Amino acid sequence: MECVFGLVGHDFAVVAADTSAVHSILVHKSNEDKIMILDSHKLIAASGESGDRVQFTEYIQKNVALYQFRNGIPLTTAAAANFTRGELATALRKNPYFVNILLAGYDKETGPSLYYIDYIATLHKVDKGAFGYGSYFSLAMMDRHYHSGMTVEEAIDLVDKCIMEIRSRLVVAPPNFVIKIVDKDGAREYAWRESVKDAAVASA
Amino acid sequence: MSIFEYNGSALVAMVGKNCFAIASDRRLGVQLQTIATDFQRISKIHDRLFLGLSGLATDAQTLYQRLVFRHKLYQLREERDMKPETFANLVSAILYEKRFGPYFCQPVIAGLGDENKPFICTMDSIGAKELAKDFVVAGTASESLYGACESMFKDDMEPEELFETVSQALLSSVDRDCLSGWGGHVYVVTPTEVKERILKGRMD
Repeated sequence: MECVFGLVGHDFAVVAADTSAVHSILVHKSNEDKIMILDSHKLIAASGESGDRVQFTEYIQKNVALYQFRNGIPLTTAAAANFTRGELATALRKNPYFVNILLAGYDKETGPSLYYIDYIATLHKVDKGAFGYGSYFSLAMMDRHYHSGMTVEEAIDLVDKCIMEIRSRLVVAPPNFVIKIVDKDGAREYAWRESVKDAAVASA
Repeated sequence: MSIFEYNGSALVAMVGKNCFAIASDRRLGVQLQTIATDFQRISKIHDRLFLGLSGLATDAQTLYQRLVFRHKLYQLREERDMKPETFANLVSAILYEKRFGPYFCQPVIAGLGDENKPFICTMDSIGAKELAKDFVVAGTASESLYGACESMFKDDMEPEELFETVSQALLSSVDRDCLSGWGGHVYVVTPTEVKERILKGRMD
């Protein structure tokens, strides 16, 4: 099952997601990137129904870009989170999207922030959040070791602790994870944690 | 599990001498898992009118946004704040609009009306108003809250005594409900000031 989790540090926010694309008992691929770079200083880590996940996050990404084109300034993280919640809430009673989202961002005025948005459009600003079966392990791990104002090293160490816990205690544990970080210098990929590499495709 | 018990909530409003108190718990959960312990269930509509929304968090957030919108429009047109009785009618009408696809919320409305007379009411998810002279309760802990309030309530309590009564009633009731708790949020409103206090109870 899909594992997504994230936390807020001193002047950055970090999110991690598993990278397996699964249909029933088959693993289609194990390097599927589920954390989208929404704009220069925002990350959207999504889990849930794969078609909805890709469609919905791309829709949000394009609308965030449109706002910037029209108004000349980027949206704040809070505004992007509220927009995302609004779209999920409008669709909820017609054609719901089964996507759970952790939206991490960095604003110059307010610093780093993390928003928990579940598939029925419940929005809450959090310091640490997680979705999926992995959340039982990652939230507990973060409850134990998290403190406000963590450095990047401490936060990545905590992320690694959570990944180890998921790998050892979840029966259908995903083998690979991607970690992305957002701070004043922007949103970027930080690292991959792979224990199973896809075989290279043989040339024709 | 009922949809009203998905997120867990506890709300109580009590009438005192020319004042009222409205209190809520702070837990936001997804069934058995706790997501946050600082969730705000009570919102200010204007200085003398407070709204608490229990039930499904996403519908509480949507309903709150719709009601603030309607109140702001009323303020522009009438150039004054809404009376609590009027606001209660508005909430009731908005809920009944969705009679066959309702918002899964139970609101608690508390305000100071004409001549600083305190007004409290609650309603079910389709807008059936329940006015009371002493106290109203809502949420997953409502049965416990009824018992606690009935035994602890006295007529014409001063603000300090009202605060104590509401706090004790709330904390003892949420301790018997696994879906609500993690502290409390109490607002005591008199004609001259609004006092907001955070309670620390059993953090489980």
